[in-house]
Amino acid sequence: METLVNTQPVCKFAPWEDPAQEPLVRFENVTKKFGDFTAIEDLTLNIYEREFFALLGPSGCGKTTMMRMLAGFEYPTSGNIMLGQNNLQKAPPHKRPVNMMFQSYALFPHMTVEQNIGFGLKQEKTAKVEIKRRVEEMLSLVQLEPFAKRKPHQLSGGQKQRVALARSLAKKPKLLLLDEPLGALDRKLREQTQFELMNIQEQLGLTFVIVTHDQEEAMTVASRIAVMDHGKIVQVATPAEIYEYPNSRYSADFLGDVNIIEGQIDVTTGETASLAWAEGEIPLAISTKLRPQAGTTTWIAVRPEKLRISKDKPANADNCIKGEVWDIGYTGNISTYHVKASNGSILKAQVSNREHLADRPITWEDTVYVYWEKGAGVFLDA
Amino acid sequence: MTRFNWFNTTTLTLGFAFLYLPIILLMIYSFNESRLVTVWAGFSTKWYQSVFFNESFINAAWVTLRVGFISASVATVLGTMAALVLNRAGPFHGKTLFTGMIYAPMVMPEVITGLSLLLLFVSLDFTRGFWTVTLAHITFSMCYAAVVVSARLVTFERSLEEAALDLGCTRFSAFMQVTLPIIFPAILAAWLLAFTLSLDDLVIASFASGPGATTLPMKIYSQVRVGVSPEINALSSILISVVAVGVVTASLVTKQAQVKRMKEERLAISSN
Repeated sequence: METLVNTQPVCKFAPWEDPAQEPLVRFENVTKKFGDFTAIEDLTLNIYEREFFALLGPSGCGKTTMMRMLAGFEYPTSGNIMLGQNNLQKAPPHKRPVNMMFQSYALFPHMTVEQNIGFGLKQEKTAKVEIKRRVEEMLSLVQLEPFAKRKPHQLSGGQKQRVALARSLAKKPKLLLLDEPLGALDRKLREQTQFELMNIQEQLGLTFVIVTHDQEEAMTVASRIAVMDHGKIVQVATPAEIYEYPNSRYSADFLGDVNIIEGQIDVTTGETASLAWAEGEIPLAISTKLRPQAGTTTWIAVRPEKLRISKDKPANADNCIKGEVWDIGYTGNISTYHVKASNGSILKAQVSNREHLADRPITWEDTVYVYWEKGAGVFLDA
Repeated sequence: MTRFNWFNTTTLTLGFAFLYLPIILLMIYSFNESRLVTVWAGFSTKWYQSVFFNESFINAAWVTLRVGFISASVATVLGTMAALVLNRAGPFHGKTLFTGMIYAPMVMPEVITGLSLLLLFVSLDFTRGFWTVTLAHITFSMCYAAVVVSARLVTFERSLEEAALDLGCTRFSAFMQVTLPIIFPAILAAWLLAFTLSLDDLVIASFASGPGATTLPMKIYSQVRVGVSPEINALSSILISVVAVGVVTASLVTKQAQVKRMKEERLAISSN
């Protein structure tokens, strides 16, 4: 979508927009079947060097299968996976410049932290001095120097996670795969570790592919996200693009909270389309550059934080729906009002709690107006 | 916590008496001066001396140890291989059948196993002796080894092997460097079990053995048939003591390691 505002950070990193860039990893029409079950269906995807790429989806969507094919634990039923110029079709795991950090960490229980980290280098018959140097480098990278001589069972969860990371980085892989790397950590530690991961990735200039079902985690760490469903990719874009301009109900719903309104296109005038969404209600106005066909059934997505709520009817709002407060979700920093519209559908409006709770003027069963600008809604294809 | 009341105390006493009274009686009579087993005639250690000077006992003990060592080692290797295949190979035709066939010898009456082995050795024209006993022991203790090792493999985390492959190991070196050291305690346990079973066996050895390869249980049994001598009591007491010392040491070592590990784990969690 060209309509995008600048959603990238100041120093723009977007190799996927540059047709001259060679992707590091290419999935070319990859299909993977397990017996009758199709885990991945005719999937094509490019991942570029230095990307932090997230495969996001619910369990069973095929994201782990994609990762295991990259690692070499599974092979595609048809199609090719290219790493640079090499076809990975036949390469066994130990012949790929790819390393993986396992969800369970998979630390070798009979080896010390040092031996775990040096294990990969030892297999390459690296000189002992060099192994020692690399291990020390890795230990300092993950700040575990004092724990070099410990065994895995003598470490806490967060420390184990860092040993696993150090071990997978020790061989300087071209591609690092992270399988739900933070799943076992508690929330605070997870957030902190997300930033550590990003720093390490940037510092080493490596390409990371992370598999996760946690949309917040994907949005925080990733340069691009592939939203997956049933062995297919629904959308590949930057976190901001997917959030602001989801292409489907599935990806709109998967990333963050969303109001999805179904309706028929009424008329399109200039860059504003109107959508008839309920009997006896004023059609909704949506800015769009596309010229949707009148009469087609479609959906729009509006994020709850873009809806505003008031007891009095706002003057000249682009879109305004009258309803009744059905429920209030209070999570401290924000309150989510569930407003029931005339046709029975529920709209969620999020308000950040700048004032004290006691001052909250809107309460259950109040009649309220929910309103938003025409630029806040976006059409969904499917 | 349940306190010791009269009911618990009685139950415990009866239970232990049931288990150990015969053994204690045997050990007491091994110090009997008299030649008559059931008549106490004063304390003496002379039967122990005579055991050590009885060449046929020493020979039998030596045969038993050698059979046990060789058969336990071979059975553990074979059993481990069987366990690995049955645990690792995906579903294949006849997997259930194969699994069942591995376990079947455990429930097979020993007499049948012994007889069938005897028939086999006879029909193959094997000279019965040391090697036939060893082969027979490998056959029946292999399934126990397979059971012990596969019990460990069920809880073995496959991602450990995958991690080794991922870090540059071939399948074989991943097995040698990661899988084997981790499942080693189970393999050791399997070996000990196979060894014990071999030491213990009388029935199968009697069928499979020939002249010059008398194992200790066979020797004891044949002696008892002509009458229980205090010498046998002494020999049995020695065996019991060796086993008891082994078991107690093993469990103490395990317990200590466990306590140490738990302490370290608690420390690791609290240090975070």
